[in-house]
Amino acid sequence: MAALMQNEAFQVALWAMVKVGIILGVMLGVVSYLIYAERKICGHIQARTGPNRVGPLGLLQPIADVGKLLFKEEFIPAGANKVVFHIAPILAVFPAIVTFSVIPMGPAPMFVVTDINVGLLLFLAMSSLGVYAITLGGWSSNNKYALLGGLRSSAQMISYELALGLSTIPVLLRSGTLSLSGIVDSQAGNLKAFGTTLPLPNWGIFHWYLVLPFFIFLICSFAETNRAPFDLPEAEGELVAGFHTEYSSMKWALFFLGEYMNMIVICSIMVTLYLGGWHGPGVDKFAPLGLVWFLTKLFALLFFFIWVRWTYPRLRYDQLMGFGWKVLLPASIVNVVIAAVWLYWRANA
Amino acid sequence: MVPYLFLGFAALLVATALMVILHRNPVTSALFLVLSFSSLAGIYLLLQAEFIGMVQIIVYAGASMVLFLFVIMYLNLQHDVEKGAQIALRRGIGWMVGALLLLFAGLLAKKGWVSGPVAALPPDTTGGNAAAIGRVLYSRFLFPFEITSILLLVAMVGAIVLAKGRPAPQGEAE
Amino acid sequence: MSIVPQPTFLALDWWALGPVLALTAGTILLLLLEFLPQRANGNRGGIVSLLTFLASGYAVWRVAGEKRELFGGMFVHDPMTVFFTLLFCAVGVLATLMSWDYLKRTKINQAEYYALLLSSVLGMVVMAASNDLVTVFLGLELMSLALYVMVGFRRSQLESNEASLKYFLLGAFASGFLLYGIALLYGATGSSNLAMIGAFLADTPLATNPMLLMGSLLVFVGFAFKVAAAPFHMWTPDVYEGAPTSVTGFMSAGAKAAGFAALLRVALRALGPVMVDWTQLLAVIAFLTMTVGNVTALLQGNLKRMLAYSSIAHAGYILVAVAAGGPEGASAAVFYLATYSFMNIGAFAVLTMLGKGREERVLMSDLAGLGFREPLLGLALTAFMLSLAGIPPMAGFMGKLYIFGEAVKHPQLLWVVVAGVLNSVVSVYYYLRVTVSLYMKEPEGEPVGISWGAPAVLAIVITLAATLWFGLQAQGLWIQAQNSVMGLL
Repeated sequence: MAALMQNEAFQVALWAMVKVGIILGVMLGVVSYLIYAERKICGHIQARTGPNRVGPLGLLQPIADVGKLLFKEEFIPAGANKVVFHIAPILAVFPAIVTFSVIPMGPAPMFVVTDINVGLLLFLAMSSLGVYAITLGGWSSNNKYALLGGLRSSAQMISYELALGLSTIPVLLRSGTLSLSGIVDSQAGNLKAFGTTLPLPNWGIFHWYLVLPFFIFLICSFAETNRAPFDLPEAEGELVAGFHTEYSSMKWALFFLGEYMNMIVICSIMVTLYLGGWHGPGVDKFAPLGLVWFLTKLFALLFFFIWVRWTYPRLRYDQLMGFGWKVLLPASIVNVVIAAVWLYWRANA
Repeated sequence: MVPYLFLGFAALLVATALMVILHRNPVTSALFLVLSFSSLAGIYLLLQAEFIGMVQIIVYAGASMVLFLFVIMYLNLQHDVEKGAQIALRRGIGWMVGALLLLFAGLLAKKGWVSGPVAALPPDTTGGNAAAIGRVLYSRFLFPFEITSILLLVAMVGAIVLAKGRPAPQGEAE
Repeated sequence: MSIVPQPTFLALDWWALGPVLALTAGTILLLLLEFLPQRANGNRGGIVSLLTFLASGYAVWRVAGEKRELFGGMFVHDPMTVFFTLLFCAVGVLATLMSWDYLKRTKINQAEYYALLLSSVLGMVVMAASNDLVTVFLGLELMSLALYVMVGFRRSQLESNEASLKYFLLGAFASGFLLYGIALLYGATGSSNLAMIGAFLADTPLATNPMLLMGSLLVFVGFAFKVAAAPFHMWTPDVYEGAPTSVTGFMSAGAKAAGFAALLRVALRALGPVMVDWTQLLAVIAFLTMTVGNVTALLQGNLKRMLAYSSIAHAGYILVAVAAGGPEGASAAVFYLATYSFMNIGAFAVLTMLGKGREERVLMSDLAGLGFREPLLGLALTAFMLSLAGIPPMAGFMGKLYIFGEAVKHPQLLWVVVAGVLNSVVSVYYYLRVTVSLYMKEPEGEPVGISWGAPAVLAIVITLAATLWFGLQAQGLWIQAQNSVMGLL
């Protein structure tokens, strides 16, 4: 046993497991209170108060919700493909959790589970796997609304994934690495431009050629997480509840969990790529401050997501596809070319 | 550790690949194909080819298999609908040919597999293997790389040609 | 940082790469030009296509005498590349000419058609010029992908859709064989470069290595599919019949020549030691191919279908030359491919003119009495049929003469030569049926209308001239064919 504890590989694995455990536990809590926050914010946007009955300020509402979901009936529609019907909700959560393993929430190696050198690709791979949950969930329900919702979402997510992927390329060109920690490190210090050091942090978004990609990424993230104004897969007015029409109880809760986890993941990636990751004043003196900065930026973005959802109407389906293919995709390609030329010119000037 | 992981991924790869062709439901087959692509990605990771492993998932398991599923769902193929004596005959012939091929392969394998000289290049790790792949792609393999890009352009044009709009009925001007 | 060899480019390399660059540029230009308005009856596509082919041909002809290896030996510029590139450019020009009016009357969109034509020829050029299995495969895929789509261009016709789908599915299957074969060859020899495989095999007695054998067999299957050799010929009749006539003409000549060009290069440069043991196997395949083609062609009432089976039969004749092996056999095959391309495209050029508007009149009965109503057209078609049948003084005769002349030098191939000659005799029957129809039948119902067009007539004149010239003065082309193969070794 002692020999095992001395083994370096074992220690690495052990630490990783501990971190995974912490992240999983914390995430579940964060997600349930994110839902609470969403309902609260939405309430205030609509001049209501939101949940306020369970506990002080309604703070125990998430616990009540989970309890309710746990005791609901597990319903499987007739003619459903049972195996796939069970697998789909799991697939909704799995990619999001896996992606957390590469997100640097503070200075490496302490605040990141594993810093692999293709971290960004892992995020893209997992987000491309995320489509399966919705497609399969919609298909296996043996329900027309669900199927339509599933088909819509796969078309939508594939279309927007292209622009999403392309908008990360200027970031990679700047940092020269696919490792997320590497990308964060490239945003340390203050912005240098016009031959002087400006009183601005060296974040991605303060570089002119990364402004457009940031907004493209932001827009695509709404589509990737199936949130308004791109929540066509679950458009209530047309499709009842879209792909999860037939889901109930914990399986439905898993879809819900997946959606919010995806939101957190994609906001974390945005923070990492464009908003300087965990960098902020004082981090070099006290490392755990990085986690605070990271979470601050993350929650700001999450608030923005919720804000958008309750203030913008849903797009029509053809508008959504047209916007993705005819505006975002060409814009991001052009931006890649411009950024490449600019960086090449600057490196050789 | 690595050999066991390899065995695990390899077994999973073969098993899922078999299920792809043995399962009757096309959607399930497609899902097994996704799994088998993912196990292949796992093998790439074991070979320290992280970039290829991830791209394998993004391109095959993610993008192209989703489109596959999409098509299968649109066609609404529930089960293998073919039945009857003709199919049985065809299937019988298929099994026979397969068995013959297997026998042939076995005979060949008995003679012993000799592989050619392995060009043992040291793995190039400067800047990760994405950078290493980029370097050979834009130098040694520049020509195939460019031809591939034209190939993709042609595929795109072709898909649009075959899919755009409804063809005008015969004899009428478009 | 690893050291990457920086490629050095001489001026002549740019000329040697000219066809690749020009064809790529032409493809993209055609697609971009679609943004500009055009008259309803404009010829922009055809003109760009013609100019591109001429430019490609000129570029490669300018440096015809040189030998260069580019991109670390992946692309070679040698006499064989020059010969086949010129042949493909000629095929491209002829295909453009015969499509000129055919596209207008069948309402096929010009820009995409010519763009795909150009990229398909690009694939052929890459196939003929590549000295690496990877690029061979990419060239083959480029050519095939463009062809799959071109076959399905008559979108309102079910046969065309069926043909496209069938070609695509079977073609993808064949590509899988080829790719697997390439992987095994790479595993067995440690290289995908043809010259290095050849050098490795020359030093190492590996000719009976199972991996190598399996790999070469699968590669051969892949090529056999593309050139429509039995038993991988099943797709040919349906695809040839369903495709627009101009596309059928183009692919029957171009795809076959490209497939054989790549096959010859792989066989001569890389797999020489293996091929020696394969003589009898190739001979059997050649025998099967020509017999199946000729016998089935006897029964066809549709000219496109008949020519499809005839093209299978011709693949069989060429395989006899491949079986004979060595530089002599290869040059006979090269010579035959060149002459076959001209006479076959000529025959199809005549077919494109039959029928008005979108109709297609390619049944044997449609030809009835045509020889008297349109004497020149009838005469041209007769000449092409005689040449395909291998009757002197046409080019087809010389082609067969060279092939059988080379094969007969190998005693073990005597039987297949005899079978080939018998086959030619059989084939005379169905080629002459066309002539009989032209001159000795009375038309039933409405006689077929002819859509005259100057470019198609030009194509017929060129091919007719070539067919006669290579029949009477074969020596020049034969020397070129020999040079092309000699330069390779």
